[in-house]
Amino acid sequence: MFDFSIVTKWFDALLTQTLGLSSFWSILIECVVVGVLILTAYALIAIALIFMERKVCAYFQCRLGPMRVGPWGIFQVFADVVKMLIKEIFTVDKADKLLYCIAPFLVIVASVGTFSFLPWNKGAHILDFNVGVFMITAISSIGVLGVFLAGWGSNNKYSVISAMRGAVMMISYEMSLGLCLISSVVVTGTMQVSGIVEAQNSAWLIFQNPFVWIAFLIFLISGNAEANRGPFDLAEAESELTAGYHTEYSGMGFGFYYLAEYLNLFVISGIAATVFLGGWMPLHISGLDSFNNVMDLIPGVVWFFGKAFFVVWLLMWVKWTYPRLRIDQILKLEWKYLMPLMLLVLVLITTFEALV
Amino acid sequence: MNFTLLITVLLTAVTLVLAAYVIAKLIGPRSYNPVKGEPFECGIPTRGSSWLPSHIGYYLFAILFLMFDIETVFLYPWAVVVKQFGSMALVSIGFFLLVLVFGLAYAWRKGALEWK
Repeated sequence: MFDFSIVTKWFDALLTQTLGLSSFWSILIECVVVGVLILTAYALIAIALIFMERKVCAYFQCRLGPMRVGPWGIFQVFADVVKMLIKEIFTVDKADKLLYCIAPFLVIVASVGTFSFLPWNKGAHILDFNVGVFMITAISSIGVLGVFLAGWGSNNKYSVISAMRGAVMMISYEMSLGLCLISSVVVTGTMQVSGIVEAQNSAWLIFQNPFVWIAFLIFLISGNAEANRGPFDLAEAESELTAGYHTEYSGMGFGFYYLAEYLNLFVISGIAATVFLGGWMPLHISGLDSFNNVMDLIPGVVWFFGKAFFVVWLLMWVKWTYPRLRIDQILKLEWKYLMPLMLLVLVLITTFEALV
Repeated sequence: MNFTLLITVLLTAVTLVLAAYVIAKLIGPRSYNPVKGEPFECGIPTRGSSWLPSHIGYYLFAILFLMFDIETVFLYPWAVVVKQFGSMALVSIGFFLLVLVFGLAYAWRKGALEWK
Protein backbone atom coordinates (compact mmCIF):
# COMPACT_ATOMS: atom_id res chain seq x y z
CA MET A 1 0.00 0.00 0.00
CA PHE A 2 1.45 3.38 -1.01
CA ASP A 3 2.01 5.58 2.03
CA PHE A 4 1.46 9.25 1.17
CA SER A 5 3.44 10.43 4.23
CA ILE A 6 6.61 9.71 2.15
CA VAL A 7 5.66 12.69 -0.02
CA THR A 8 4.94 15.01 2.91
CA LYS A 9 8.17 14.01 4.67
CA TRP A 10 10.13 14.57 1.44
CA PHE A 11 8.59 18.03 1.05
CA ASP A 12 9.39 18.90 4.68
CA ALA A 13 13.01 17.72 4.22
CA LEU A 14 13.25 19.70 0.97
CA LEU A 15 12.27 22.91 2.75
CA THR A 16 14.24 22.53 5.96
CA GLN A 17 17.40 20.74 4.76
CA THR A 18 17.88 21.24 1.01
CA LEU A 19 16.76 24.86 1.01
CA GLY A 20 17.86 25.48 4.61
CA LEU A 21 14.81 27.47 5.69
CA SER A 22 14.05 28.12 9.35
CA SER A 23 11.15 26.23 10.92
CA PHE A 24 8.87 29.30 10.83
CA TRP A 25 9.21 29.78 7.06
CA SER A 26 8.94 26.08 6.26
CA ILE A 27 5.75 25.75 8.34
CA LEU A 28 4.35 28.88 6.69
CA ILE A 29 5.04 27.53 3.18
CA GLU A 30 3.57 24.16 4.12
CA CYS A 31 0.42 25.82 5.46
CA VAL A 32 0.00 27.86 2.26
CA VAL A 33 0.44 24.70 0.16
CA VAL A 34 -2.14 22.90 2.31
CA GLY A 35 -4.60 25.79 1.93
CA VAL A 36 -4.20 25.88 -1.86
CA LEU A 37 -4.66 22.10 -2.04
CA ILE A 38 -7.83 22.26 0.09
CA LEU A 39 -9.33 24.99 -2.09
CA THR A 40 -8.46 23.11 -5.30
CA ALA A 41 -9.95 19.84 -4.07
CA TYR A 42 -12.99 21.68 -2.69
CA ALA A 43 -13.70 23.48 -5.97
CA LEU A 44 -13.07 20.45 -8.19
CA ILE A 45 -15.27 18.15 -6.12
CA ALA A 46 -18.04 20.77 -5.98
CA ILE A 47 -17.98 21.13 -9.78
CA ALA A 48 -17.98 17.35 -10.25
CA LEU A 49 -20.89 16.94 -7.82
CA ILE A 50 -23.04 19.69 -9.34
CA PHE A 51 -22.54 18.22 -12.81
CA MET A 52 -23.25 14.72 -11.49
CA GLU A 53 -26.43 15.85 -9.72
CA ARG A 54 -27.78 17.46 -12.90
CA LYS A 55 -27.05 14.42 -15.03
CA VAL A 56 -28.30 11.91 -12.43
CA CYS A 57 -31.56 13.76 -11.84
CA ALA A 58 -32.01 14.17 -15.60
CA TYR A 59 -31.65 10.45 -16.21
CA PHE A 60 -34.01 9.64 -13.34
CA GLN A 61 -36.60 11.87 -15.03
CA CYS A 62 -35.91 10.56 -18.57
CA ARG A 63 -34.28 13.83 -19.69
CA LEU A 64 -30.80 14.55 -21.02
CA GLY A 65 -29.81 17.34 -18.62
CA PRO A 66 -27.47 20.16 -19.72
CA MET A 67 -26.23 19.47 -23.27
CA ARG A 68 -25.40 22.83 -24.87
CA VAL A 69 -22.24 24.17 -23.15
CA GLY A 70 -19.42 21.91 -24.31
CA PRO A 71 -19.77 18.20 -25.12
CA TRP A 72 -22.55 16.70 -22.92
CA GLY A 73 -22.74 20.05 -21.16
CA ILE A 74 -19.55 19.56 -19.14
CA PHE A 75 -18.79 23.30 -19.11
CA GLN A 76 -22.27 24.25 -17.81
CA VAL A 77 -21.06 24.47 -14.19
CA PHE A 78 -18.13 26.75 -15.14
CA ALA A 79 -20.58 29.01 -16.96
CA ASP A 80 -22.74 29.11 -13.81
CA VAL A 81 -19.76 30.06 -11.64
CA VAL A 82 -18.89 32.96 -13.95
CA LYS A 83 -22.53 34.04 -13.99
CA MET A 84 -22.65 34.12 -10.18
CA LEU A 85 -19.40 36.06 -9.94
CA ILE A 86 -20.57 38.89 -12.21
CA LYS A 87 -23.92 39.39 -10.43
CA GLU A 88 -24.36 42.42 -8.22
CA ILE A 89 -24.26 41.81 -4.46
CA PHE A 90 -27.02 43.70 -2.65
CA THR A 91 -28.93 43.27 0.61
CA VAL A 92 -32.41 43.92 1.90
CA ASP A 93 -32.63 47.45 3.34
CA LYS A 94 -34.12 46.33 6.66
CA ALA A 95 -31.92 43.23 7.06
CA ASP A 96 -29.72 42.67 10.13
CA LYS A 97 -26.52 43.43 8.19
CA LEU A 98 -24.06 41.87 10.66
CA LEU A 99 -25.81 38.49 10.89
CA TYR A 100 -26.54 38.58 7.16
CA CYS A 101 -22.84 39.04 6.34
CA ILE A 102 -21.31 36.51 8.74
CA ALA A 103 -23.74 33.67 7.87
CA PRO A 104 -21.94 32.54 4.64
CA PHE A 105 -18.62 32.51 6.52
CA LEU A 106 -20.04 30.13 9.13
CA VAL A 107 -21.50 27.79 6.52
CA ILE A 108 -18.25 27.63 4.53
CA VAL A 109 -16.10 27.26 7.68
CA ALA A 110 -18.22 24.29 8.76
CA SER A 111 -18.08 22.60 5.39
CA VAL A 112 -14.34 23.20 4.73
CA GLY A 113 -13.54 22.21 8.33
CA THR A 114 -15.28 18.85 8.12
CA PHE A 115 -14.01 18.33 4.56
CA SER A 116 -10.38 18.47 5.71
CA PHE A 117 -10.91 15.60 8.16
CA LEU A 118 -11.44 13.09 5.35
CA PRO A 119 -8.58 10.59 4.85
CA TRP A 120 -7.80 10.44 1.12
CA ASN A 121 -5.10 7.79 1.20
CA LYS A 122 -2.77 6.16 3.70
CA GLY A 123 -0.97 9.12 5.29
CA ALA A 124 -2.85 11.69 3.16
CA HIS A 125 -5.07 13.41 5.72
CA ILE A 126 -4.93 17.08 6.58
CA LEU A 127 -6.38 17.07 10.09
CA ASP A 128 -5.97 13.99 12.26
CA PHE A 129 -6.82 14.66 15.90
CA ASN A 130 -7.05 11.96 18.53
CA VAL A 131 -10.63 13.17 19.09
CA GLY A 132 -11.30 13.27 15.33
CA VAL A 133 -14.85 11.94 15.14
CA PHE A 134 -15.96 14.13 18.03
CA MET A 135 -14.33 17.14 16.38
CA ILE A 136 -16.19 16.43 13.13
CA THR A 137 -19.57 16.58 14.89
CA ALA A 138 -18.47 19.74 16.72
CA ILE A 139 -17.41 21.57 13.54
CA SER A 140 -20.35 20.39 11.47
CA SER A 141 -22.78 21.88 13.99
CA ILE A 142 -21.44 25.36 13.16
CA GLY A 143 -23.28 24.95 9.85
CA VAL A 144 -26.63 25.05 11.66
CA LEU A 145 -25.75 28.51 12.95
CA GLY A 146 -24.97 29.68 9.43
CA VAL A 147 -28.30 28.45 8.08
CA PHE A 148 -30.25 29.95 10.98
CA LEU A 149 -28.50 33.34 10.93
CA ALA A 150 -28.95 33.62 7.15
CA GLY A 151 -32.69 33.15 7.38
CA TRP A 152 -33.11 35.26 10.51
CA GLY A 153 -30.90 38.11 9.34
CA SER A 154 -32.64 38.41 5.97
CA ASN A 155 -35.81 39.91 7.50
CA ASN A 156 -37.96 38.02 5.03
CA LYS A 157 -40.94 36.11 6.41
CA TYR A 158 -40.35 33.04 4.28
CA SER A 159 -36.66 32.99 5.16
CA VAL A 160 -37.43 33.12 8.88
CA ILE A 161 -39.81 30.15 8.55
CA SER A 162 -37.17 28.30 6.56
CA ALA A 163 -34.47 29.11 9.13
CA MET A 164 -36.67 27.75 11.94
CA ARG A 165 -37.40 24.56 10.01
CA GLY A 166 -33.78 24.05 9.00
CA ALA A 167 -32.46 24.63 12.51
CA VAL A 168 -34.91 22.29 14.26
CA MET A 169 -34.36 19.59 11.66
CA MET A 170 -30.57 19.80 11.66
CA ILE A 171 -30.22 19.81 15.45
CA SER A 172 -32.63 16.88 15.75
CA TYR A 173 -30.80 14.69 13.26
CA GLU A 174 -27.44 15.60 14.75
CA MET A 175 -28.26 13.29 17.66
CA SER A 176 -28.78 10.07 15.76
CA LEU A 177 -25.76 11.03 13.63
CA GLY A 178 -23.69 11.31 16.83
CA LEU A 179 -25.00 7.99 18.14
CA CYS A 180 -24.05 6.29 14.84
CA LEU A 181 -20.51 7.64 15.15
CA ILE A 182 -20.39 6.49 18.80
CA SER A 183 -21.36 2.97 17.69
CA SER A 184 -18.41 2.95 15.27
CA VAL A 185 -16.12 4.19 18.06
CA VAL A 186 -17.35 1.30 20.23
CA VAL A 187 -16.29 -1.25 17.59
CA THR A 188 -12.95 0.32 16.64
CA GLY A 189 -11.98 1.61 20.11
CA THR A 190 -10.55 4.93 18.89
CA MET A 191 -11.84 8.36 17.89
CA GLN A 192 -8.92 9.16 15.58
CA VAL A 193 -10.01 9.01 11.92
CA SER A 194 -6.82 7.30 10.74
CA GLY A 195 -7.10 4.86 13.65
CA ILE A 196 -10.68 4.01 12.65
CA VAL A 197 -9.50 3.22 9.12
CA GLU A 198 -6.56 1.14 10.39
CA ALA A 199 -8.93 -0.83 12.63
CA GLN A 200 -10.78 -1.98 9.50
CA ASN A 201 -7.71 -3.72 8.08
CA SER A 202 -9.11 -7.24 8.54
CA ALA A 203 -12.65 -6.37 7.44
CA TRP A 204 -14.72 -3.24 6.87
CA LEU A 205 -16.82 -2.19 9.84
CA ILE A 206 -20.11 -3.38 8.35
CA PHE A 207 -18.61 -6.89 8.05
CA GLN A 208 -17.22 -6.89 11.59
CA ASN A 209 -20.50 -6.65 13.45
CA PRO A 210 -23.95 -7.49 12.03
CA PHE A 211 -25.72 -4.65 13.88
CA VAL A 212 -23.48 -2.00 12.29
CA TRP A 213 -25.60 -2.38 9.14
CA ILE A 214 -28.54 -0.75 10.95
CA ALA A 215 -26.28 2.05 12.20
CA PHE A 216 -25.02 2.57 8.63
CA LEU A 217 -28.56 2.91 7.25
CA ILE A 218 -29.55 5.31 10.05
CA PHE A 219 -26.38 7.31 9.35
CA LEU A 220 -27.38 7.64 5.69
CA ILE A 221 -30.90 8.82 6.61
CA SER A 222 -29.79 11.35 9.22
CA GLY A 223 -26.81 12.44 7.13
CA ASN A 224 -29.19 13.20 4.29
CA ALA A 225 -31.23 15.34 6.65
CA GLU A 226 -28.08 17.00 8.00
CA ALA A 227 -27.04 18.00 4.46
CA ASN A 228 -30.53 19.50 3.91
CA ARG A 229 -31.23 17.27 0.95
CA GLY A 230 -33.51 14.64 -0.44
CA PRO A 231 -36.90 14.12 1.17
CA PHE A 232 -35.67 16.33 4.04
CA ASP A 233 -35.20 19.55 2.02
CA LEU A 234 -38.14 21.41 3.51
CA ALA A 235 -35.87 24.28 4.57
CA GLU A 236 -35.37 24.90 0.84
CA ALA A 237 -38.89 24.02 -0.25
CA GLU A 238 -39.03 26.32 -3.28
CA SER A 239 -42.73 25.68 -3.93
CA GLU A 240 -43.73 26.91 -0.45
CA LEU A 241 -40.97 29.32 0.60
CA THR A 242 -39.78 30.88 -2.72
CA ALA A 243 -36.26 29.55 -2.05
CA GLY A 244 -35.61 29.21 1.67
CA TYR A 245 -33.04 30.73 3.99
CA HIS A 246 -30.90 31.97 1.06
CA THR A 247 -33.70 33.82 -0.77
CA GLU A 248 -32.20 37.24 -0.07
CA TYR A 249 -28.64 36.37 -1.08
CA SER A 250 -27.57 37.41 -4.55
CA GLY A 251 -24.61 36.33 -6.67
CA MET A 252 -21.79 34.64 -4.77
CA GLY A 253 -23.68 34.89 -1.45
CA PHE A 254 -26.14 32.39 -2.86
CA GLY A 255 -23.26 30.57 -4.54
CA PHE A 256 -21.72 29.73 -1.18
CA TYR A 257 -24.92 28.08 0.06
CA TYR A 258 -25.11 26.14 -3.18
CA LEU A 259 -21.44 25.11 -2.82
CA ALA A 260 -21.80 24.18 0.85
CA GLU A 261 -24.90 22.09 0.17
CA TYR A 262 -23.07 19.89 -2.33
CA LEU A 263 -19.89 19.71 -0.26
CA ASN A 264 -21.91 18.72 2.81
CA LEU A 265 -23.34 15.90 0.72
CA PHE A 266 -19.81 14.81 -0.15
CA VAL A 267 -18.59 15.17 3.45
CA ILE A 268 -21.47 13.04 4.76
CA SER A 269 -20.75 10.41 2.10
CA GLY A 270 -17.04 10.58 2.81
CA ILE A 271 -17.56 10.10 6.54
CA ALA A 272 -19.95 7.21 5.89
CA ALA A 273 -17.37 5.67 3.54
CA THR A 274 -14.56 6.22 6.06
CA VAL A 275 -16.30 5.04 9.18
CA PHE A 276 -18.47 2.20 7.90
CA LEU A 277 -16.96 1.16 4.54
CA GLY A 278 -13.26 1.34 5.42
CA GLY A 279 -12.16 4.64 3.82
CA TRP A 280 -9.05 4.03 1.71
CA MET A 281 -8.75 0.47 3.05
CA PRO A 282 -9.04 -2.10 0.20
CA LEU A 283 -11.47 -5.00 0.43
CA HIS A 284 -9.78 -7.61 2.62
CA ILE A 285 -11.14 -11.07 3.29
CA SER A 286 -9.29 -12.86 6.10
CA GLY A 287 -7.68 -16.08 4.93
CA LEU A 288 -7.47 -15.16 1.24
CA ASP A 289 -3.97 -13.67 1.17
CA SER A 290 -3.47 -13.67 -2.61
CA PHE A 291 -6.85 -11.92 -3.09
CA ASN A 292 -5.85 -9.31 -0.46
CA ASN A 293 -2.53 -8.71 -2.22
CA VAL A 294 -4.30 -8.10 -5.55
CA MET A 295 -6.68 -5.67 -3.86
CA ASP A 296 -3.71 -3.82 -2.31
CA LEU A 297 -2.48 -2.98 -5.83
CA ILE A 298 -5.42 -0.59 -6.34
CA PRO A 299 -4.43 2.80 -4.81
CA GLY A 300 -6.21 3.91 -1.64
CA VAL A 301 -7.45 7.14 -3.18
CA VAL A 302 -9.35 5.12 -5.81
CA TRP A 303 -11.01 3.08 -3.07
CA PHE A 304 -11.91 6.21 -1.13
CA PHE A 305 -13.42 8.02 -4.12
CA GLY A 306 -15.19 4.88 -5.29
CA LYS A 307 -16.88 4.38 -1.94
CA ALA A 308 -17.65 8.07 -1.38
CA PHE A 309 -19.20 8.53 -4.83
CA PHE A 310 -21.14 5.30 -4.43
CA VAL A 311 -22.73 6.74 -1.27
CA VAL A 312 -23.28 10.10 -3.05
CA TRP A 313 -25.10 8.23 -5.80
CA LEU A 314 -27.26 6.38 -3.23
CA LEU A 315 -28.26 9.69 -1.63
CA MET A 316 -29.05 11.23 -5.04
CA TRP A 317 -31.17 8.20 -5.86
CA VAL A 318 -33.12 8.74 -2.62
CA LYS A 319 -33.50 12.45 -3.31
CA TRP A 320 -35.00 12.01 -6.76
CA THR A 321 -37.27 9.13 -5.73
CA TYR A 322 -39.12 10.23 -2.60
CA PRO A 323 -41.43 13.26 -2.15
CA ARG A 324 -40.71 15.90 0.47
CA LEU A 325 -41.81 15.18 4.06
CA ARG A 326 -43.75 17.54 6.35
CA ILE A 327 -42.10 19.09 9.43
CA ASP A 328 -44.15 16.96 11.88
CA GLN A 329 -43.32 13.78 9.95
CA ILE A 330 -39.61 14.64 9.97
CA LEU A 331 -39.53 15.26 13.72
CA LYS A 332 -41.63 12.15 14.40
CA LEU A 333 -39.23 10.03 12.31
CA GLU A 334 -36.24 11.27 14.28
CA TRP A 335 -37.56 11.41 17.84
CA LYS A 336 -39.94 8.44 17.85
CA TYR A 337 -38.19 6.03 15.52
CA LEU A 338 -34.54 6.72 14.68
CA MET A 339 -33.28 7.84 18.09
CA PRO A 340 -34.84 5.04 20.23
CA LEU A 341 -33.84 2.53 17.54
CA MET A 342 -30.29 3.87 17.52
CA LEU A 343 -30.03 3.63 21.33
CA LEU A 344 -31.17 0.00 21.07
CA VAL A 345 -28.67 -0.69 18.26
CA LEU A 346 -25.90 0.89 20.33
CA VAL A 347 -26.66 -1.50 23.21
CA LEU A 348 -26.79 -4.46 20.78
CA ILE A 349 -23.45 -3.51 19.18
CA THR A 350 -21.83 -3.13 22.59
CA THR A 351 -23.24 -6.48 23.75
CA PHE A 352 -21.94 -8.16 20.60
CA GLU A 353 -18.51 -6.58 21.10
CA ALA A 354 -18.36 -7.42 24.80
CA LEU A 355 -19.55 -11.01 24.54
CA VAL A 356 -18.40 -12.31 21.13
CA MET B 1 1.36 20.92 13.93
CA ASN B 2 -2.25 19.71 14.21
CA PHE B 3 -3.53 22.98 15.62
CA THR B 4 -1.50 25.01 13.11
CA LEU B 5 -3.24 23.04 10.39
CA LEU B 6 -6.66 23.58 11.99
CA ILE B 7 -6.07 27.34 12.00
CA THR B 8 -4.87 27.09 8.37
CA VAL B 9 -8.06 25.29 7.38
CA LEU B 10 -10.30 27.85 9.09
CA LEU B 11 -8.34 30.76 7.55
CA THR B 12 -8.61 29.10 4.12
CA ALA B 13 -12.39 28.95 4.46
CA VAL B 14 -12.59 32.62 5.46
CA THR B 15 -10.24 33.60 2.63
CA LEU B 16 -12.38 31.75 0.10
CA VAL B 17 -15.49 33.71 1.07
CA LEU B 18 -13.65 37.05 1.30
CA ALA B 19 -11.89 36.60 -2.06
CA ALA B 20 -15.09 35.71 -3.89
CA TYR B 21 -16.88 38.73 -2.38
CA VAL B 22 -14.04 41.05 -3.37
CA ILE B 23 -13.95 39.69 -6.94
CA ALA B 24 -17.72 40.00 -7.22
CA LYS B 25 -17.58 43.60 -5.95
CA LEU B 26 -14.86 44.45 -8.47
CA ILE B 27 -16.37 42.93 -11.61
CA GLY B 28 -20.09 43.02 -10.77
CA PRO B 29 -22.39 45.89 -11.79
CA ARG B 30 -23.69 48.38 -9.24
CA SER B 31 -26.90 50.38 -9.35
CA TYR B 32 -29.36 51.65 -6.77
CA ASN B 33 -33.10 51.28 -6.85
CA PRO B 34 -35.34 51.38 -3.73
CA VAL B 35 -37.34 48.39 -5.01
CA LYS B 36 -34.21 46.23 -4.82
CA GLY B 37 -34.12 46.71 -1.05
CA GLU B 38 -37.55 45.14 -0.58
CA PRO B 39 -37.73 41.55 0.71
CA PHE B 40 -38.61 39.04 -2.01
CA GLU B 41 -42.00 37.90 -0.74
CA CYS B 42 -45.30 38.19 -2.62
CA GLY B 43 -45.06 41.19 -4.91
CA ILE B 44 -47.17 43.47 -2.71
CA PRO B 45 -45.35 45.81 -0.26
CA THR B 46 -44.16 44.01 2.89
CA ARG B 47 -46.05 44.74 6.06
CA GLY B 48 -44.30 44.82 9.44
CA SER B 49 -41.18 43.03 10.61
CA SER B 50 -40.47 39.35 10.07
CA TRP B 51 -39.03 38.86 13.55
CA LEU B 52 -42.27 37.66 15.10
CA PRO B 53 -42.92 35.08 17.84
CA SER B 54 -42.81 31.63 16.27
CA HIS B 55 -44.40 28.25 16.86
CA ILE B 56 -43.76 26.83 20.37
CA GLY B 57 -42.82 23.45 18.86
CA TYR B 58 -39.43 24.70 17.65
CA TYR B 59 -38.58 25.83 21.19
CA LEU B 60 -39.62 22.52 22.75
CA PHE B 61 -37.48 20.50 20.37
CA ALA B 62 -34.52 22.82 20.92
CA ILE B 63 -34.78 22.26 24.70
CA LEU B 64 -35.03 18.48 24.21
CA PHE B 65 -32.00 18.62 21.89
CA LEU B 66 -29.93 20.43 24.54
CA MET B 67 -30.61 17.66 27.06
CA PHE B 68 -30.04 14.68 24.80
CA ASP B 69 -27.08 16.08 22.91
CA ILE B 70 -25.13 16.67 26.11
CA GLU B 71 -25.97 13.14 27.18
CA THR B 72 -24.61 11.76 23.91
CA VAL B 73 -21.41 13.77 24.44
CA PHE B 74 -20.89 11.84 27.70
CA LEU B 75 -21.08 8.59 25.72
CA TYR B 76 -17.94 9.36 23.64
CA PRO B 77 -15.28 8.72 26.34
CA TRP B 78 -17.15 5.59 27.37
CA ALA B 79 -17.18 4.31 23.78
CA VAL B 80 -13.39 4.50 23.52
CA VAL B 81 -12.77 2.21 26.49
CA VAL B 82 -15.61 -0.31 25.98
CA LYS B 83 -13.31 -2.98 24.56
CA GLN B 84 -10.93 -2.85 27.52
CA PHE B 85 -13.71 -3.16 30.10
CA GLY B 86 -15.66 -5.92 28.34
CA SER B 87 -19.01 -6.76 29.87
CA MET B 88 -18.36 -4.39 32.80
CA ALA B 89 -18.73 -1.48 30.35
CA LEU B 90 -22.29 -2.53 29.56
CA VAL B 91 -23.28 -2.71 33.23
CA SER B 92 -21.69 0.61 34.07
CA ILE B 93 -23.36 2.49 31.20
CA GLY B 94 -26.69 0.65 31.65
CA PHE B 95 -27.91 2.97 34.39
CA PHE B 96 -26.94 6.06 32.38
CA LEU B 97 -28.78 4.82 29.28
CA LEU B 98 -31.77 3.91 31.47
CA VAL B 99 -32.02 7.51 32.69
CA LEU B 100 -31.67 8.73 29.09
CA VAL B 101 -34.46 6.44 27.84
CA PHE B 102 -36.59 7.36 30.86
CA GLY B 103 -36.21 11.05 29.95
CA LEU B 104 -37.25 10.34 26.37
CA ALA B 105 -40.23 8.25 27.54
CA TYR B 106 -41.31 11.04 29.90
CA ALA B 107 -41.14 13.64 27.10
CA TRP B 108 -43.07 11.28 24.84
CA ARG B 109 -45.76 10.63 27.50
CA LYS B 110 -46.10 14.37 28.17
CA GLY B 111 -46.73 14.98 24.47
CA ALA B 112 -43.58 17.03 23.90
CA LEU B 113 -42.82 15.03 20.75
CA GLU B 114 -46.17 15.90 19.13
CA TRP B 115 -46.30 18.75 16.61
CA LYS B 116 -49.52 20.62 17.44
